Amino acid sequence: MDRRFLAIYWRDMLRYVRFRTLLLSSLVQPALWLAFFGIAMSSSFDAIGTQVPSGPGIPQVGYLTFMCAGVISMTTLFTSLFGGMSLLFDKNWGLLREVMAAPMPRSNIVLGMGLSGITKSCIQAGIILAFGLLLGVRFFDGYSPLRLAMAVGGIFAFVSVFALGFVFLSSAIAISMESPEGMQGIMTLLTMPIFFASNALYPVEAFPEALRLLSMANPLSHMVTGIRYFAIGPEFSAIGRTFVCSSTDLFVSFGALCLFSTLTFLFALHRVRVARVT
Amino acid sequence: MPEDMIRVEGLSHRFDDLVAVDDVSFHVRPGEVFSFLGPNGAGKSTVINVLTTLLPLQEGRVVIAGFDLRTEPDRVRSAIGIVFQEVTLDRDMTVTETLLFHGRLYGLPRDEVRERAEELVRLVELETKRDVLVKHLSGGMKRRLEIARGLMTRPAVLFLDEPTIGLDPQTRARMWDYLRDVNRDGTTIFLTTHYMDEADRLSDRIAIIDRGRIIAEDTPLDLKNALGRDLVYLETTDNGRARAVLEADPAVTGVREKGPAGLLVTVSEDGTRVVPRLLDALRESGVVIDGLNIKKPSMDDVFIHHTGRALRDEGAESFAAAVGRRR
Ligand SMILES: Nc1ncnc2c1ncn2[C@@H]1O[C@H](COP(=O)(O)OP(=O)(O)OP(=O)(O)O)[C@@H](O)[C@H]1O
Ligand SMILES: [Mg+2]
Repeated sequence: MDRRFLAIYWRDMLRYVRFRTLLLSSLVQPALWLAFFGIAMSSSFDAIGTQVPSGPGIPQVGYLTFMCAGVISMTTLFTSLFGGMSLLFDKNWGLLREVMAAPMPRSNIVLGMGLSGITKSCIQAGIILAFGLLLGVRFFDGYSPLRLAMAVGGIFAFVSVFALGFVFLSSAIAISMESPEGMQGIMTLLTMPIFFASNALYPVEAFPEALRLLSMANPLSHMVTGIRYFAIGPEFSAIGRTFVCSSTDLFVSFGALCLFSTLTFLFALHRVRVARVT
Repeated sequence: MPEDMIRVEGLSHRFDDLVAVDDVSFHVRPGEVFSFLGPNGAGKSTVINVLTTLLPLQEGRVVIAGFDLRTEPDRVRSAIGIVFQEVTLDRDMTVTETLLFHGRLYGLPRDEVRERAEELVRLVELETKRDVLVKHLSGGMKRRLEIARGLMTRPAVLFLDEPTIGLDPQTRARMWDYLRDVNRDGTTIFLTTHYMDEADRLSDRIAIIDRGRIIAEDTPLDLKNALGRDLVYLETTDNGRARAVLEADPAVTGVREKGPAGLLVTVSEDGTRVVPRLLDALRESGVVIDGLNIKKPSMDDVFIHHTGRALRDEGAESFAAAVGRRR
């Protein structure tokens, strides 16, 4: 088996660990989101939510618990979208020339980047989960150990596929760009609509039709759906609404993410294959 | 072993309208050090980039280590090592990490990677810098590290694009030593340079490239001999009389004033044999000689001869400065 993508992976992780401030901020930033935005919002939303009684047998969760899935997703989105950036730096100042001259299929570059994206995102997701539980996020409430293990596995599966999709996209853009500034611009342009046209912070049912369709096509929405399914349950109520996610819905969401990352993989592979670095 | 380590036939490369390499052909034999010598923009890097598969092969045929570049680029990649013109290192990796990464990139077995890295760190004398980040290395150390990296895979051919650019004279001389060692161990070397003395001292054969074309190709000695003349610099008490005496000798092809007190004599035969005869003739006619120097033509002269232009040569011998430019 061709394991040379591990070289790319190893080296990208080396950089991740080496830049302590980058590592630290990538871990602390989502925690801050959860702490400040989450707690501030939940104190006002929960005041509304409690006025509407939930149906019998349906667990009711606070806003902090509701938006925690959104914070995990957002963090994964950010990390992954910037995950390909190192290709751009390597192209301009570093090792990409060496990598491109090596006798290995270009897919190794894309796979290596993808794997490092998965690793970073899973570490972050784990930290947010732990920190969230500390802050009072009611995830995995009353789960048996077996169900807990399956839930955590499910969340990491969603995080991984989602991360792959955006790392591939980011790698494709990075290898086609000339300057980090330009890349930064594109990333900022992408993150805003992806984050806000989604179900990460609020339910999409009240959206205007066009926005609602957009959010249904949004990988971030599918990611959030998956995390809520595993962490809270197939049916729950929050901010005065009942959310239902059947296992079919879950498979659709996971399928959508798989399709998304397959497409971005092919895109990245194409961009890397046509790239010229001299 | 293939008869030619590198065979290039009719290689051309254009960037849009600009013809950077124009119908270049040459071959390099196994074990040779072959140099591309030429000024900035001559097309040296373009040739190297095509040969190392970083640029597509547009026109022509290239065979390296027995593999056709067009049909088997990956086999070519496996057979070569490269030192790029620009520093191609991650500033935030250590010396050892840089070498390990390269080995893994080429899919070498784990143990072999470690062993080889250790061996090469010793070869380029970076033992004390093993765990130092690249950004804390000096320019010469970085270059040595890049050479070590290029050798990780035991390539049949090592390509070096201006290996000593930006290095001080001592470091350059050390670099030549390393390259000679590497070559002695059997690695064929293809290098580009715009330093005359570098090409002269390192190479078995040199191709002079200018504006995308090879204008001369031979051993350093034959390139110089092809000019067919040595230079004799003289200072005498009576330059007028000396000139008359010198011009009477059949081997003398030209006499020019040089500086306030000097004469520059061009001879068509080996200067070492002609000069004693000239001195006798001068002494007989009563001319006293205050100073004398014989100079074989330098690569500089070769370049000027073929291109009509001078090439900036930072390592020129002091005599070249004394005699100045000539055509
Ligand atoms: N990517 C490129 N796009 C357009 N033109 C290029 C490109 N690379 C090189 N050239 C042009 O091709 C010509 C040859 O360049 P090349 O880099 O091969 O020269 P060189 O001999 O290596 O010079 P130097 O000694 O400065 O490194 C130059 O005129 C250069 O401007
Ligand atoms: Mg060059």
